Amino acid sequence: MVGIIMSLINKNAANVRALVVSNKRVGQYFQLIISIGDLAENCKPGNFVAINVGGDSSRMVLRRAFAISRVSTNSLNGGTMELIVAPHGQGSKWLCNQGEGAELDVIVPLGTAFGIPTEPVHVLLVGGGYGSAPLFGLAELLNSKGCRVDMLLGASTGSKIYAPMEGKRAVNSLRIYTEDSSMGQSGRVTDPIPQMIADSEIAVIYSCGPMAMLSAIDSITRGTDVVHQCAVEESMACGIGICMTCVIPVMQPEGNIAMLRTCIDGPVMDGSVVEWDKVGKAL
Amino acid sequence: MTALDLSTTLGNAWFPAPTFTASGCASSGRELAQFIDLSSIGGVVTKSIMNKARSGRATPRMAETPSGMLNSIGLQGPGIESFIARDIPYLIDQKARIIVSIAGETVEEYSVLARKLRAVSGISAIEVNISCPNVENRGLVFACDPEASRKVIDGVRRTIGGELPIIAKLSPDVTDLVSIARGVVDAGADALALINTVLGMVINLDTMRPHLGGKTGGLSGPAIRPIAVRAVYQVHAAMPQVPILAMGGVSTGRDALEMVAAGASGVSIGTASFGNPHAIIAIQDELKQLLVSKGFASLRDAIGFAHRPESE
Repeated sequence: MVGIIMSLINKNAANVRALVVSNKRVGQYFQLIISIGDLAENCKPGNFVAINVGGDSSRMVLRRAFAISRVSTNSLNGGTMELIVAPHGQGSKWLCNQGEGAELDVIVPLGTAFGIPTEPVHVLLVGGGYGSAPLFGLAELLNSKGCRVDMLLGASTGSKIYAPMEGKRAVNSLRIYTEDSSMGQSGRVTDPIPQMIADSEIAVIYSCGPMAMLSAIDSITRGTDVVHQCAVEESMACGIGICMTCVIPVMQPEGNIAMLRTCIDGPVMDGSVVEWDKVGKAL
Repeated sequence: MTALDLSTTLGNAWFPAPTFTASGCASSGRELAQFIDLSSIGGVVTKSIMNKARSGRATPRMAETPSGMLNSIGLQGPGIESFIARDIPYLIDQKARIIVSIAGETVEEYSVLARKLRAVSGISAIEVNISCPNVENRGLVFACDPEASRKVIDGVRRTIGGELPIIAKLSPDVTDLVSIARGVVDAGADALALINTVLGMVINLDTMRPHLGGKTGGLSGPAIRPIAVRAVYQVHAAMPQVPILAMGGVSTGRDALEMVAAGASGVSIGTASFGNPHAIIAIQDELKQLLVSKGFASLRDAIGFAHRPESE
């Protein structure tokens, strides 16, 4: 059955040449706006894009996967997507160096999207580092559905917090946590969550960030009625479901644990079925 | 474009084009079918299927390397029963020509797999993967041991009967590839798949430990292409009558033609599909154009062309 569902997920994806509309530095990150035409209409919060890096003669043979932070279907440049990229490795550094007018080979949109509640419930969005990027597009969508949207952002230090001014409009409250106390409150982003769940009727937590943060949220929500929709991360070679490298252990309805691909069965998964203590281990 | 004949044969199996997915690089076929028409390529070589379902190795399972990558999947798969029930019918439905790749931990497991596949219709050939590097015990890499290689192929041949072509997939990580190739052909292999990935390792300098969960992995991509060309050339020189399905870093039509000139009857594409899901189609088109521009009337005329006498 999984195969049938999977093949439907990427049905909206296409491999296209796309132009960089703009690229500007935002703190430690780069904000790229890329023209993708009508494909923007297929993109949902949580989806990602796989991009060729390094040019035709590159020794980097694999695509790089990036979460789509926001899309616009009717900008001056037609349909566009926004990526927030941290120049970590050779591939992301190359991408951050692509200026306006550069042509990229992209496959978009890929993977699962955040599930959206059918009723206007109270939701909490939790982002770690630049994992916050896709949460702002999600916040706009949830806000438009009448949800109350609270947001927690955290990082080791203030310069790693990504929180654009325009993104804050869609949230009812925003609290920032840094481990070195350089911005917002001191501590981990997960620290206030138990109290927030106890004090209010939070129905869904949406999270994006390091696996340790997602796992910590799961240990808070486990055994409660709070749904945890998390965007997981595991290194992947292809992004389209053919290489079998990006797997994480997930409890199946039949009671067995399966290694599911985070590119096709994710990146957004139900946190309660991920076997967090077995991530990175052989079953 | 002129009507150049791209068709090829592996044993008694005929294919309209010499381009195949490489084992383990097309998952069930459904994922790639979102981007290419599986019936328009030579055929789909399935992931290596084992008797029982297998969850594979720990992550990280991959590391990019210069012009290549290491993978350490460890033969994750659904097991033969589920594979026959779900994946084969899908591929038949797509009108794909199917080469089923099998892998076992024991000589007997290969025979069991062959027995279960014997009655399945719609299969063009069986690839016997005796060279997966991602197993815990290197002693289980049958293709590193001439006697074990022969036993596996002999067992499959006896079980499957005389009809279905057997393609033995070999490892380049051996001292004398030709003698191992000769052994499996003597034991009943109709064709050879050259080469499996090359055993490698990356150390993570943050942790100062091997990067991959399985520590070692199989190196693929353009980085290993010259090794594959050499292997194909050596084996074709020794046994020109044995068809070779070549793989190892083929990313363009010129790479494919190199393999063909070295002696390959077909070419499999793996890592290139990770970077470009349309790679197989592009390679097929480029190969055709190259053959035409070099004056070949058919693919067949170019097979082993690099071996022609000095006088030609």
